[in-house]
Amino acid sequence: MIEKKITRWLTVLLILSALLVFVSVLSLCVGSAGIPLKRMINIISEGRGTAEYSILFDIRLPRIILGFAIGGALSLAGTILQGMFRNPLVEPYTLGISGGASLGVCINIIFKWYALIGVLAYPLSGFVGAILVIILVYTLSMKKGILRIHGMLLTGVMISFISSSLVMLSMAVSRTEDLHSIIFWIMGSLDEPNMFMIKTALWGALAGLILSYFFCLDLNALALGEEEAIHLGVNVPRTKRTLFLIASILTGFSVSVAGIIGFVGLVVPHFMRMITGTDHRILLISSFLAGSCFLILCDTLARTVIAPLELPVGVITGITGGIVFIYALAKRQVLL
Amino acid sequence: MKEELLKIKNLSAGYDENIVLHDIGCTVRQGELIGIIGPNGSGKTTLLRAITRILKPHKGEILIDGKNVWKIPLKEISQMVAVSSQLLDPVLTTVEEYILLGRLPYYRKYQFFETSKDETIVEKYMRLTDTFRLKESLMTELSGGERQLASIARALAQEPILLLLDEPTSHLDITHQAQIMELIGRLNRELGLTVLMVLHDLNLASEYCSRLLLLNNGSIHKLGTPEEVLTYRTIEEVYKTVVLVKKNPLSGKPYVFLITLDKIGKDLDRQNPDDS
Repeated sequence: MIEKKITRWLTVLLILSALLVFVSVLSLCVGSAGIPLKRMINIISEGRGTAEYSILFDIRLPRIILGFAIGGALSLAGTILQGMFRNPLVEPYTLGISGGASLGVCINIIFKWYALIGVLAYPLSGFVGAILVIILVYTLSMKKGILRIHGMLLTGVMISFISSSLVMLSMAVSRTEDLHSIIFWIMGSLDEPNMFMIKTALWGALAGLILSYFFCLDLNALALGEEEAIHLGVNVPRTKRTLFLIASILTGFSVSVAGIIGFVGLVVPHFMRMITGTDHRILLISSFLAGSCFLILCDTLARTVIAPLELPVGVITGITGGIVFIYALAKRQVLL
Repeated sequence: MKEELLKIKNLSAGYDENIVLHDIGCTVRQGELIGIIGPNGSGKTTLLRAITRILKPHKGEILIDGKNVWKIPLKEISQMVAVSSQLLDPVLTTVEEYILLGRLPYYRKYQFFETSKDETIVEKYMRLTDTFRLKESLMTELSGGERQLASIARALAQEPILLLLDEPTSHLDITHQAQIMELIGRLNRELGLTVLMVLHDLNLASEYCSRLLLLNNGSIHKLGTPEEVLTYRTIEEVYKTVVLVKKNPLSGKPYVFLITLDKIGKDLDRQNPDDS
């Protein structure tokens, strides 16, 4: 039976990895300058210097890596949060972290901090905003050393509302060109020229994945409820604290690098749960990989549909994710 | 006299400012099957939660096998005490996966997969609780009685020395009530498992338990054999309800009848079996 389970899990992982490779190669090939697969080998062997080489490795590959990191991080955060809240409607943005990040970026744009610090001001101010919200939600929900989960959800939703109202306020009083950059930042994009940010996102996402695996069995126990998890010997307060921190930091840096890309963290965990079941030992990594594939694919669509112009990737994730999910729900009568 | 398994000393416990249990003390010996009874809000579930470390006592201590529960690592406690409570919102897993969760306390650090020993143990308790035929079904598809059996199987998979049950028979039909009580009785007799269970049904408690612990307003009102605890005077005092207590003709245990007030005649013999 255990061998059967391992075989099944390995099959899932193999399929997802193959899908990831396929989506990445596809994303390398298509774009405003289509490069067929056969040409690609030539371009690589010819080495640096050609325009096509630079399109592949300076423009498209970084976007794919960023898509891998952000897509994986967001759906991993969603999986962790849905698991620990035992609530299928929770997503990384429910806790108000994205609201805090947007507010941070808004303030940065309005007060022109980017003129002082440079382009890093955007992710930096977003991350500071996200961290402030994380600290706020965490301390408000902490009572006698125990994280009260339901209070936390409500606090997060309220902070979301407050910060989105403040974002609206700052949009109302800002000048037209600022307005434009705020809106574009909020819509989210994988267009990130800074290689340092891409690397940080990649290592952050992978570190989150590895850390979350120390808690995969605890997440399985938490699915039965907090008291049952204690009966099974899980140190519930510590587990909740650590998982909350992992998920919110993953969300925080995702939002500050790529803006608000919705739906990945909500839909992908659901979709994977339909396929792999609720065991977090396979669910965590398969959600990560599926989120990566999904975001890379959506980004490819976003930059090809009306090429040479680009659609906001959040629009694509919302539309395709929503439609696929409704279809899957209607087809399989799975209770969530 | 058998070994003391659970000892509760001067326990006061509750939620924040609201203290539910006041200065409780009792001893459970190995191999006993004890029913905790009492009106709603008398502190039955609170007592269970204090034993399993969900609630920190305000005062007093709870000893399992001679050791204070708060000084035993959580993981070790979960190998000694298992709890089966009512499954109000079941998870979307198969029955087998669910019961396998009972093996979590035995996972070593950084162990990722269950061992074949875990599987053997899970299969053993699935057969014992008659849930083996359901092993591929989803927990959400089970009936209330089957769910309760699966929950007991999961608790047994923890291989505890003390099994706690929170209202194992409520909301079940009499077939499943009997099935579950018979199962618990068998676990107690054949495996020598010590069982402490909260029950609402006084007659089930009387029929199956060796001793009853009657709680009222957070204190122990009476602790003793069913014959000692279930007298009409005690029940009327605690439950504020008029009852009649007779012997079950087969088992000889006391049986509590509810009485419709307007049918009580003056000449009704409400003698307790013990008094007659």
